[in-house]
Amino acid sequence: MTRIAQTPLYPYARSPDQDATQPPRHPVVIIGAGPVGLAAAIDLGQQGVPVVLLDDNDRPSDGSRAICFSKRTLEIADRLGLGDRLVDMGVRWNIGKVFVGDRQIYTFDLLPEAGHSRPAFINLQQYHLEHALVDRLRALQDAGAQVDLRGGNRLTRIDGHPDHTALSIDTPDGPYRIEADWLIACDGAGSACRDMLGLGFTGQTFEDNFLIADVTMRTEIPTERWFWFDPPFNPGQSALLHKQPDGIWRIDLHLGRDIDREAEMRPENVMPRITAMLGPDVAFSLEWVSIYRFQCRRMSRFRHGRVIFAGDAAHQVSPFGARGANSGLQDADNLCWKLRMVLAGDAPETLLDSYDTERVQAADENILHSTRATEFITPKSAISRTFRDAVLDLGARHAFARQMVNSGRLSQPCIHDGSPLHTPDALTGPARSHPGAVCPDAPLGDGYLLDHLGHGFTLLALGSDAPRLEGVDLLEMSDALTPELRARFLGDAAHALYLIRPDQHVAARWPRADAATVRQAISRATGHTS
Amino acid sequence: MTDLTLAPNLDAPDDTYADLLAAHDGLTEAQSAALNARLILILANHIGDRRVILQAIKAAKSVA
Repeated sequence: MTRIAQTPLYPYARSPDQDATQPPRHPVVIIGAGPVGLAAAIDLGQQGVPVVLLDDNDRPSDGSRAICFSKRTLEIADRLGLGDRLVDMGVRWNIGKVFVGDRQIYTFDLLPEAGHSRPAFINLQQYHLEHALVDRLRALQDAGAQVDLRGGNRLTRIDGHPDHTALSIDTPDGPYRIEADWLIACDGAGSACRDMLGLGFTGQTFEDNFLIADVTMRTEIPTERWFWFDPPFNPGQSALLHKQPDGIWRIDLHLGRDIDREAEMRPENVMPRITAMLGPDVAFSLEWVSIYRFQCRRMSRFRHGRVIFAGDAAHQVSPFGARGANSGLQDADNLCWKLRMVLAGDAPETLLDSYDTERVQAADENILHSTRATEFITPKSAISRTFRDAVLDLGARHAFARQMVNSGRLSQPCIHDGSPLHTPDALTGPARSHPGAVCPDAPLGDGYLLDHLGHGFTLLALGSDAPRLEGVDLLEMSDALTPELRARFLGDAAHALYLIRPDQHVAARWPRADAATVRQAISRATGHTS
Repeated sequence: MTDLTLAPNLDAPDDTYADLLAAHDGLTEAQSAALNARLILILANHIGDRRVILQAIKAAKSVA
């Protein structure tokens, strides 16, 4: 099989930095060219911040790895300029089904509401996402953005200083040194940055093993997420089937605790398990196999002076709920506008502490959900299993129990209630768009609302007059408010003014507001005042 | 919302007690545990209010 992961996308090339007599200083250095590091580099690069992105490898990871990308991730990708490509490549899905034994007990629709640009989820192999991100980064480079992606560059040492970080890097041509005003560590769950700085990563380890396989097959199974408790082909355990592009399906089989990992990985042991699941008549070939256990843990803080952690380097969850890569991309989304403003002198350094506050809140929410799903799927004690089985038994008959069936609560953006950046809600409006929430999408003209938001702050005026403020985009809608806009932004209110952050979270809202009031809210949202 | 009632509230206490025991007649320990779990879930749903259920959990634990 030939896959993208076998092609070097960013092969090592010598940088002028390696011939410098003094370590050159860069405003931002990012470690790790996975989805999070690439997204951060694109976000900063397209806003004019020079970035150096280092990775010890030269190509995307092997195997599909993260495959479920949420509506919120696609909206972020739209702002980064690659949303259409991801949606075109990916497999759209909204429907999930849950089976107990061979009986379907539960169906859920993740996007029961129309009027959104993006679907609830697409499935896409992580290597395809990484490839799309690298292509987007190359396009930015061609357009003149200073985004320097250096493959074959391995970080070997970090020396922290109050106003910068000194980095030692190893390459095929030998070592060199650079300095960074700000370092973003996106180097994954096994983060070398974290280890070099001696920072802890604590949480819960789960003992159960899962076999994860990508298989190519032709089948009539619809594009849905199917999850089994106690299926006939894997008795007493669980299973997941999910479609990816290229005729590839993801299969996830719970194997239990004490297993012989090496033996279970051998094709002669994997094939019969998959045949038992798919039936003897389905021809398939094995693309990739891995066995994993997982952990739910996070760093106590994500900002350590001039070093900021994002993605799996900062927090790790179980895979149930697709909360890993999606939350990592939301970390980058949250961080980059803040860092850009701090670098430009438009915001105090303390604005970056709100990254820590908000993304720790998100990580805790993700860890809570994924820990609960894990407990439901792999009960740790006899009583836990008794209650789990009771829910499944009742779920076949009663709707109330189906609410408790937890095969993973799928990734939703965190609502940053309590964030120091937000102004208390001054509108009697819909709960879904209160300060802290992501601005809901809605049809607008020939397109969608979120397409009209840029990289800065936006004032969204619905039937309300709005003050003109320098540096703030204004989106005014005086008449012809669609039912979706009314339902999502006005509710019972006659008119409203929304202040939306660069990462599309609502910072403040009022029935109407004068320039001084809006300035005060922006001042707060940029960390100038509290 | 009303608080958890710990004052007498059953219309036929002896009958209800007997009903609970009768439901377990002939069950193994595992079957009994499963029945109890289903019963708790059904009653919890009937109550609905998480605060009241937490009060019930607290009252149940405080005996031990």
